[in-house]
Amino acid sequence: MSHTPQDAPAFDARRLSPLGRVQHILHRNPTLVPVIVLLASVGAFGLLAGEKFFSPFNLSLIIQQVSIIGILAAAQSLVILTAGIDLSVAAIMVLISVITGSLAVKLNVPPSLAILCGLFAGALAGAMNGVLVTRFRLPPFIVTLGTWNIFFALNLWLSGAQSIRSQDIDEAAPLLKFFGNNIAVGGARLTYGSVLMVVIFAALWYLLNRTAWGRHVYAIGDDRDAAELAGIRTARTLISVYALAGLVCAVGAWAAIGRVGSVSPQSFYEGNLQSITAVVIGGISLFGGRGSIMGALFGALIVGVFQSGLRLIGVDVLWQVFAIGWLIILAVAIDQWIRKLAA
Amino acid sequence: MSDFVSGGDGNGGGKVGGENGGKNGDGKGADKNGVGDGLVLRARGLTKRYGRVVALDGADFDLRPREILGMIGDNGAGKSSLIKALTGAIAIDEGEMFLNGEAFRFHSPLEARRAGIETVYQNLALSPALSIADNMFMGREIRRRGFLGKYFRALDRREMQRVAREKLNDLGLMTIQNINQAVETLSGGQRQGVAVARAAAFGSRVVILDEPTAALGVKESRRVLELIQDVRARDLSVVLISHDMPHIFEVADRVHIHRLGRRLCVVDPRVHSMADAVAFMTGAREPPVEAR
Ligand SMILES: Nc1ncnc2c1ncn2[C@@H]1O[C@H](COP(=O)(O)OP(=O)(O)OP(=O)(O)O)[C@@H](O)[C@H]1O
Ligand SMILES: [Mg+2]
Repeated sequence: MSHTPQDAPAFDARRLSPLGRVQHILHRNPTLVPVIVLLASVGAFGLLAGEKFFSPFNLSLIIQQVSIIGILAAAQSLVILTAGIDLSVAAIMVLISVITGSLAVKLNVPPSLAILCGLFAGALAGAMNGVLVTRFRLPPFIVTLGTWNIFFALNLWLSGAQSIRSQDIDEAAPLLKFFGNNIAVGGARLTYGSVLMVVIFAALWYLLNRTAWGRHVYAIGDDRDAAELAGIRTARTLISVYALAGLVCAVGAWAAIGRVGSVSPQSFYEGNLQSITAVVIGGISLFGGRGSIMGALFGALIVGVFQSGLRLIGVDVLWQVFAIGWLIILAVAIDQWIRKLAA
Repeated sequence: MSDFVSGGDGNGGGKVGGENGGKNGDGKGADKNGVGDGLVLRARGLTKRYGRVVALDGADFDLRPREILGMIGDNGAGKSSLIKALTGAIAIDEGEMFLNGEAFRFHSPLEARRAGIETVYQNLALSPALSIADNMFMGREIRRRGFLGKYFRALDRREMQRVAREKLNDLGLMTIQNINQAVETLSGGQRQGVAVARAAAFGSRVVILDEPTAALGVKESRRVLELIQDVRARDLSVVLISHDMPHIFEVADRVHIHRLGRRLCVVDPRVHSMADAVAFMTGAREPPVEAR
């Protein structure tokens, strides 16, 4: 009773083996693994590739390169925290960029209104996933596998499988390329899109950790039936999660137009899986309820660092893919090991 | 009640006063008890089938104001199903229920909670990965005062931790040192303690406990029995389901005996012995006519 509650350990650490102690620490801070991997890989590639890699320019370039997948990973994290999965994030994003681009460039809708329409449509597309998952009690994997195809087909239909060219956007609606602008700090060139990604993660972290809604999201991912019995309106909360994920994808769509420069209905086809990769490497459990959304940011950055680093030391692209594959398996193995404590 | 139990998504109960921690809410709940038919809760002919299994087979239920109602019955008799039906956790197939004489049917546990009925379900309904404090305030989080709370819906985590610690101390669960500890790192008994503390702290009309002492030690069970009496002293009604006859006979005013999906009889523990109750419960002896 002499312990103050804050500094009292939750377990008797002295009795544990070193490995057991690591397990406990990771159990409490699942984001520690991606942080360590990120710092270690930046350090390692810094040594191996030197200036080429470890320059403000290259590091800011990495952030810029992962910004779109990072934003998708933020949306993906929300859904995975509820023990779901969203295979449609990239499809929503591309569909929204096509809708926004077509409205502004082809139909001459004022750009700001076109963007608002896009954001609304994104939230609506996400909410559709949520309604199918909750009201019709269908597995998220199947629902979003279906909507992935549906949104992709809609996107091809609306765009006629034609890109909207960069010059046309510049002429009709330069606002659509807003997030492609950049600020130069020293040698670094931070695009607005990079900043946006960080802001999105910070905002979602706040929502998840500092509001009641966030606690409910974790509780649902942990044990949906228990959450329902504890008085959480789980269906409603889940729909809000999917809708918010859709909204984040729509914001990502705006950023993607700035990043790519044009609107291409064929772009980001691998975005769904890449976003899941970032989330998994970030230490968020696919079983829901565990992990921090910040992990997904680190996960996205780790992928970016590996790609840039391996390329700069002259390793073939196929080995980059090879390395990422092992990272995924390693991350899931660590998650399983950590979760054993809970049993 | 609803101003106190304001639960729901993101609109955490900013109004739960720190000092009373929601204890007895505004007191109105107790005053409302006992109007109408004189019963806080009444149910007639509740029926619930799971495929071919009949969990409830025309069960009746009466809960009087300010009483501790013990409930006993064999495994699978339908005790848990009965309280789940009453609290909106499962939907019944047939039957009617009355709250203070008025017909009602809760569609979710949240509705029961808003009516001031707190339940410790047999499986506890805790979120293992979340902290003790998070669990205690699940669905009725306290928001911070001022700008942050109002516009950014920021939680007052310090206050929730303080109240949670206080409630656990009330239960004598001092062995829990860290209120931010994940529930999954607690022992089975400690988890049960958290669930009981949550229900006792927030109930304002009825507190229902489904085997709350099953995993508890002697000392902790004693504290739960004391807590049950404290809750009654606040003019609430308590339903205690347990397989522990001495506990039931110690605290209960009346004992509801459940058998084969329905209420067999209600006995007065001062009139009937534990041996009588067991004989009725197992069907070894016919219950007295006046008790049916
Ligand atoms: N979800 C369910 N699906 C199918 N059958 C169920 C379900 N829940 C309960 N039952 C059945 O209903 C009957 C009553 O179960 P219930 O849990 O109410 O019993 P109980 O009196 O609480 O038992 P115990 O003392 O073991 O807790 C049992 O036969 C059980 O198998
Ligand atoms: Mg039971």
